[in-house]
Amino acid sequence: MELKDKLVNAFMAFENQVDLDHPVHDVRSAAMKVFENQGFPTKKMEAWKYTSLKSLEKLDFSIFPKEAATLEYKDVKKYFLHEVDTYKIVFVDGVYSSFLSETTHQGIDVCLMSAALTKDMYKPIIEAYFNKVASKEENLTALNTAFSKEGAYIHIPKNTQAMKPIEIIHFATGREQALLLQPRNLVVVEENAEVQILERHQSLSENAVFTNAVTEIFAAKSAIIDFYKVQNDNNSASLVDNTYIDQHSQSVVTLHTFSFGGKMTRNNLNFYQNGERIDSTMKGVTIIGDGQHVDHHTLVHHIQPNCESHQDYKGIYDGNSTGVFNGKIMVDRLAQKTNAFQQNNNLLISDKSSINTKPQLEIFADDVKCSHGCTIGQLDHEALFYLQSRGIGKKEAQALLMYAFANNVLESVRIPELKKRVNALIAEKLGVNLGFEL
Amino acid sequence: MLEIKNLHASVDNKEILKGINLVVKPGEVHAIMGPNGAGKSTLASVVAGKDEFEVTKGEVLLDGQDLADDAPEERAHKGIFLSFQYPIEIPGVTVTNFMKTAINESRKARGQEDMPANEMLKMIKEKAELLEIDRKFLSRSLNEGFSGGEKKRNEIFQMAMLEPKVAILDETDSGLDIDALRIVAAGVNKLRSKDNAVVVITHYQRLLDYIIPDFVHVLYDGKIVKSGDASLALELEEKGYDWIKQEMAL
Repeated sequence: MELKDKLVNAFMAFENQVDLDHPVHDVRSAAMKVFENQGFPTKKMEAWKYTSLKSLEKLDFSIFPKEAATLEYKDVKKYFLHEVDTYKIVFVDGVYSSFLSETTHQGIDVCLMSAALTKDMYKPIIEAYFNKVASKEENLTALNTAFSKEGAYIHIPKNTQAMKPIEIIHFATGREQALLLQPRNLVVVEENAEVQILERHQSLSENAVFTNAVTEIFAAKSAIIDFYKVQNDNNSASLVDNTYIDQHSQSVVTLHTFSFGGKMTRNNLNFYQNGERIDSTMKGVTIIGDGQHVDHHTLVHHIQPNCESHQDYKGIYDGNSTGVFNGKIMVDRLAQKTNAFQQNNNLLISDKSSINTKPQLEIFADDVKCSHGCTIGQLDHEALFYLQSRGIGKKEAQALLMYAFANNVLESVRIPELKKRVNALIAEKLGVNLGFEL
Repeated sequence: MLEIKNLHASVDNKEILKGINLVVKPGEVHAIMGPNGAGKSTLASVVAGKDEFEVTKGEVLLDGQDLADDAPEERAHKGIFLSFQYPIEIPGVTVTNFMKTAINESRKARGQEDMPANEMLKMIKEKAELLEIDRKFLSRSLNEGFSGGEKKRNEIFQMAMLEPKVAILDETDSGLDIDALRIVAAGVNKLRSKDNAVVVITHYQRLLDYIIPDFVHVLYDGKIVKSGDASLALELEEKGYDWIKQEMAL
């Protein structure tokens, strides 16, 4: 059976598990209709020209998580940012693991979507924010909405600062031959509140995993959000990560995406600026090799005047890896004095690697500053010679130059331990010992 | 120590070095002067092993050993150092970390253990003082945002750290004001010993007021057309290169 048909059938079974009278279920049903009509995106669609889901659609995925598999903390400790104290929302094969998690309701809510979608006390927030900024038309977002049941729920009330970073981790144990996961996260940060969030998807076996995630983020006036996505999964895991961010006046949202692993990774990152003096920052480092594909699709919609957006994506492609960067910036007629900056730099290390990069600017205001640039190149020979002439071997010299190329994206990482971790991951990815502590 | 015999080198089938002969003995300072386009920087790059130049004839020997098959890093391990005219910026890698990597790579190639951290720090401190380099400077990213003078001073600092047998200084004086020039030259002079040698490549005589050469060679159209002592540099400064052309009937 085709995956689409299987999902359509599964939806009926899914309806037996959830409260059909809850208003959220109307949202799910409507979304299922959208997916049923549209199916999976195909390469005929402009937005999916360079990324194919065909091979995934052929796999026989388990759609519903069975009972939670148990994981020992010591076995998965390395995937946590264990050097610092954090809140944790952990899922194992799509099922919440209370054992590995550390949630809270003290001052802030760091808990489960399944609770938020069913308990009355969360109703006002769910009604106000659930499936509001997320696309109602996009195929895979609709699919996720249809099956939305579990994920992370984070609510930071007005004038509150989350005292610890929040980690959201989705483990796949490989008990299933092929597992489809559809986590749904909601992050609501109220006026003048602040939070730092890390998210990662980690498969623990060589069995196939396909994650279709949706995260909705709401940043109220003067809210500050730092979001870090660490994508360093096994080469049998694929991820479509849809993130929708609704920003209001003077809010600052910074999102870093570190893509080092996974078979196919597609990031759909959408920022909507619904206020003035908003700052939206997107940064990415992609380092991949044989058999890997990473696609970054970003959108910044400048709706109101006096806002800024910054995008800086660096990619290093080795082996037969392929990359895509599509950065769309829309500036509405009303959005005067917009300052939008976009940069995408790529290094192709092998003759077989490739990148498709495309800036897409739609500007309807006349008093704006929009700059964009993309480069595709190889390592600078002169720089290589310089390092070699200092006694550094060619391989190490290349690694050092790649490290230098990617490194400046990390400057804006505000959790020092994470910065150190990502630095170490970059060094590891580049396959050499740089000879010094990072 | 360094012996260059009938060296011919080309890039893209264009011959740039057309038969260079040069013998540099331990303890000596040689200056190579010449007009733009004579092949001075090419000579420096070929000796350091830059692969975009093809050596078509002749050889470069260090302590009697032919370097032809050696990659740039292997030449560095054997004791060749090139101070670059335009040092490269490496963001995210501090001067200190860069030197640690460079020194330990060389040690590894020589079959030695990594230099102990305290020894390394002591050496860095000592050599930085020699070149009047501020401690803060060492934790900055290599050459990133450095002024022209800082870059050149940093090159000589690297030379001090790596302790080469033969140091080739390619236009180290360009972009330096007189104070920086003095510091750089004083640093080079302090590093001179009976066991090492320095080859100074320069366009102008002024650096040679501070680093007094034992020999001065004039490079013209890929060949050394005249050699002499320090007074030759002064003569060149006074009369320009046309004089050589006329005298040599070039």
